[in-house]
Amino acid sequence: GWDKHSYGYHGDDGHSFCSSGTGQPYGPTFTTGDVIGCCVNLINNTCFYTKNGHSLGKFVCLPSQSNLYPTVGLQTPGEIVDANFGQQPFVFDIEDYMREWRAKIQSTIKRFPIGDRLGEWQAMLQNMVSSYLVHHGYCSTATAFARVTDTTIQEEQTSIKNRQRIQKLVLAGRVGEAIEATQQLYPGLLEHNPNLLFMLKCRQFVEMVNGTDSEVRCFSARSPRSQDSYPGSPSLSPRHGSSNSHLHSTGADSPTCSNGVMSTKSKQSHSKYPTLSSSSSSSSSSSPSSVNYSESNSTDSTKSQQHSSTSNQETSDSEMEMEAEHYPNGVLENSSTRIMNGTYKHEEILQTDESSMEDSCPQRQLCGGNHAATERMIQFGRELQILSEQLCREYGKNTMHKKMLQDAFSLLAYSDPWNCPVGQQLDPIQREPVCAALNSAILESQNLPKQPPLMLALGQASECLRLMARVGLGSCSFARVDDYLH
Amino acid sequence: VCRLLYLLQQETSSTELRTECAVVLGSLAMGTENNVKSLLDCHIIPALLQGLLSPDLKFIEACLRCLRTIFISPVTPEDLLYTDATVISHLMALLSRSRYTQEYICQIFSHCCKGPDHQTILFNHGAVQNIAHLLVSTSYKVRMQALKCFSVLAFENPQVSMTLVNVSVDGELLPQIFVKMLQRDKPIEMQLTSAKCLTSMCRAGAIRTDDPCIVLKTLPCLVRMCSKDRLLEERVEGAETLAYLIETDVELQRMASITDHLIVMLADYFKYPSSVSAITDIKRLDHDLKHAHELRQAAFKLYASLGANDEDIRKKIIETENMMDRIVNGLSESSIKVRLAAVRCLHSLSRSVQQLRTSFQDHAVWKPLMKVLQNAPNEILVVASSTLCNLLLEFSPSKEPILESGAIELLCSLTQSENLALRVNGIWALMNMAFQAEQKIKSDILRGLSTEQLFQLLSDSDVNVLMKTLGLLRNLLSTRPHIDHIMSTHGKQIMQAVTLILEGEHNIEVKEQTLCILANIADGTTAKELIMTNDDILQKIKYYMSHSNAKLQLAAMFCISNLIWNEEEGSQERQDKLRDMGVVDILHKLSQSSDPNLCDK
Repeated sequence: GWDKHSYGYHGDDGHSFCSSGTGQPYGPTFTTGDVIGCCVNLINNTCFYTKNGHSLGKFVCLPSQSNLYPTVGLQTPGEIVDANFGQQPFVFDIEDYMREWRAKIQSTIKRFPIGDRLGEWQAMLQNMVSSYLVHHGYCSTATAFARVTDTTIQEEQTSIKNRQRIQKLVLAGRVGEAIEATQQLYPGLLEHNPNLLFMLKCRQFVEMVNGTDSEVRCFSARSPRSQDSYPGSPSLSPRHGSSNSHLHSTGADSPTCSNGVMSTKSKQSHSKYPTLSSSSSSSSSSSPSSVNYSESNSTDSTKSQQHSSTSNQETSDSEMEMEAEHYPNGVLENSSTRIMNGTYKHEEILQTDESSMEDSCPQRQLCGGNHAATERMIQFGRELQILSEQLCREYGKNTMHKKMLQDAFSLLAYSDPWNCPVGQQLDPIQREPVCAALNSAILESQNLPKQPPLMLALGQASECLRLMARVGLGSCSFARVDDYLH
Repeated sequence: VCRLLYLLQQETSSTELRTECAVVLGSLAMGTENNVKSLLDCHIIPALLQGLLSPDLKFIEACLRCLRTIFISPVTPEDLLYTDATVISHLMALLSRSRYTQEYICQIFSHCCKGPDHQTILFNHGAVQNIAHLLVSTSYKVRMQALKCFSVLAFENPQVSMTLVNVSVDGELLPQIFVKMLQRDKPIEMQLTSAKCLTSMCRAGAIRTDDPCIVLKTLPCLVRMCSKDRLLEERVEGAETLAYLIETDVELQRMASITDHLIVMLADYFKYPSSVSAITDIKRLDHDLKHAHELRQAAFKLYASLGANDEDIRKKIIETENMMDRIVNGLSESSIKVRLAAVRCLHSLSRSVQQLRTSFQDHAVWKPLMKVLQNAPNEILVVASSTLCNLLLEFSPSKEPILESGAIELLCSLTQSENLALRVNGIWALMNMAFQAEQKIKSDILRGLSTEQLFQLLSDSDVNVLMKTLGLLRNLLSTRPHIDHIMSTHGKQIMQAVTLILEGEHNIEVKEQTLCILANIADGTTAKELIMTNDDILQKIKYYMSHSNAKLQLAAMFCISNLIWNEEEGSQERQDKLRDMGVVDILHKLSQSSDPNLCDK
């Protein structure tokens, strides 16, 4: 404490020293056997010492905003000091002290004044929710939400549904179809976004290896069930840490609603619940299914029975996901636009989720184990290589592209691509960024924000906290975004 | 109201109607104190208690809510709850009905439990067992009210406190549950109340004072409650509870004194209200004043506890800014509570020899103290007079001025008090006063006290009074001229008293003190004769010389040696007489004794 920029508490007189030889009375004296602790609070820039677990009170002369290093000064030869930086429990109950501050920070956040002018805050929150639902294509939920809250949705229904369909394709690993659908619905989009197209194609290649893309899928008549390996729901919600499970379930909820809309077209009995919440619509559709189940377990029955046979095997949660899959099915039945039907039968579509339950089954083979499919994949790989070279000529070298391509091709170098250093690419989770990029691009092309305001706010909050941490504002450590995402 | 009560009591009216009645009455009770008074005048309590017998839960809850509102009002006498013994047991039974009955009943109990009688009634009805599990209720309100219940049940009640330590809920002992409620992120009210529970349990001896849950949890928590960030009420309660916790334990006093600059922190208690606002709002002023009084008395109490035993702490307290001035001012405050606390604080600090000689003298503390002693209620008198005892010690510079301001008269009147503590303090102060005092003071004391009163005190049933009276006598009878003077005027009575005590059933200390008085008398020139001519007394001295207790032997020896002292006139005759009595044989025996003190003589 005597030297410049040093601060200390002396044991011989109990005084505090702040860069000066004259001290101020601070605490008791201390000697051999005493445990002295020092706690620096980076939130309010205060400090206090402890003696044998007792806080001695505020240490007045701490500079704000400076790097401090713990130091112990000794005078007598042969003195021994044990330092504890937390490897052993502290005598002072620091946990309790931290609890108090955590509660303080959190109540500050909770009580932060919003300055609500006549429902503005509420309207903003509603807009956040609504735009989030629209962004991710939870069409019916968004409609229901808009109706309840008496707000309007900017984007058109069909546009939302189109996006929803494309996203679903990507998440199911059927990237080829997704590209096709995008080109059909948004002509020119991918041509103007060569980077995006390249990313999609790369993903398509990976999915071919995986055996999920339609271009290879059509070859594999054998065991179509084991093809799709996207675990959990085909939800589009991005993952943020621990909040995962919940967002997934919302993702699962909303397509169920779209099922309700679909039902109005296909089944008269459902028409009186067009706007019911997800739980009731799922129960109304699952009750007939349970009746049908025992009669038809095989996949070759009529369509309605297939609904039941699959959905009945799921838990209620995944049951909803199953209903979601019915959506393209419904379009197919009623509107006779055969976009979705493509080259395969709907049994396969319907079974995709069920197969995810068998995901752990180790019997995975390259391109589904089909020879023709493998050849198609290799051919596609060559096309991809050509595309890459073409892009390189037009736009110059792109290390990102090169890396993507390299990673994708590397999969072929291993006998078991799923268990190799680059095998992570095959994880269905990797579809999400691709899907999000595509969705954003579509939205941008429609002059809509490429990110929902909710995500923007979330991102801003996280970034803000990171910034606080960088400049040394301590309160950020007690205000984690994750704490608010349940 | 009468109509509502009528409808409420009507068995024939529907429960919905009766419930509504109870709700309306409850709302009325929420109003002013006059509302509650008029409701009480209509005998609302029996009516509502009757309602609790109904089978309908909603109705019961409405009645309880209304009862709760009435009982927490300061105008409602608590005793109304205890008039019918069945009421308590019925309330205990209702505790299991719903979270609302739990909340309201606990609240009623905690407001109506005043003093040991109420505590015992509730305890005997199984309050501890019935309420313990509510501490882990999911409802915060229920938990809080249950906790409050325990804090009033256990307050200064060893029986309840000892029971609480061993009660467990869901495999956790109550002290552990209380400690959890002390955590810093819990609401302040909860921290403070559980600290009170633990304090009561500690004072009752149910938890050791060096238990970590006291040393590292309760004590720091209470110190935090004294901080400036807390509400005024919390600061007052925190300081009072802490004062109670550390009152008798020097280690806890030391720990509290170094925690969070408590001594400096307490000085802030005197800075309220911070700014003297213009006297426009009388109500506000009144409110401020009340809080200011509460704060000050709490601070004095805590200072008193802190400084009770440790000299260093006392020094630190007195060195706190304007401390002595504050105490002196406190002594003349209008509020009795503040005065009492200030005297307690002063008393605690007066145990320091150094402070008696310095700051006490600098601030002429004796002046306001003497003022306090005039016409004060007994509780203040007790503390003030024991403070005076300390101020009258021989080395205290305040002794002189206190004497001049008529202390003798005052103290003599105290010795006639009905109150035992006052009698002790009175005679104690006189004893201190007489120590190495001038002849005049001694005569003044004797005159003021009168021999009758002196004998009255010597036959007092309390040993302490007796001891201090003997001490006074002994102090009076010191230095030869004084002894002779006093014995010449009061010799007969004193000798009588001494005989009486030596013959009576008294403990060793009393006898020893009495023998010392005799030894003093034997030191007098003329006074000696009073002993030498009294064969009865000489026989007694001889008896005590061969007593089994060494102290008594020693004291008796003093007498003998004073009597036979060679350099004095007539010593030969006295020696002869004693030799005739066979004292020499005993002396020979004693000189071979193992006790070196005795041998020396």
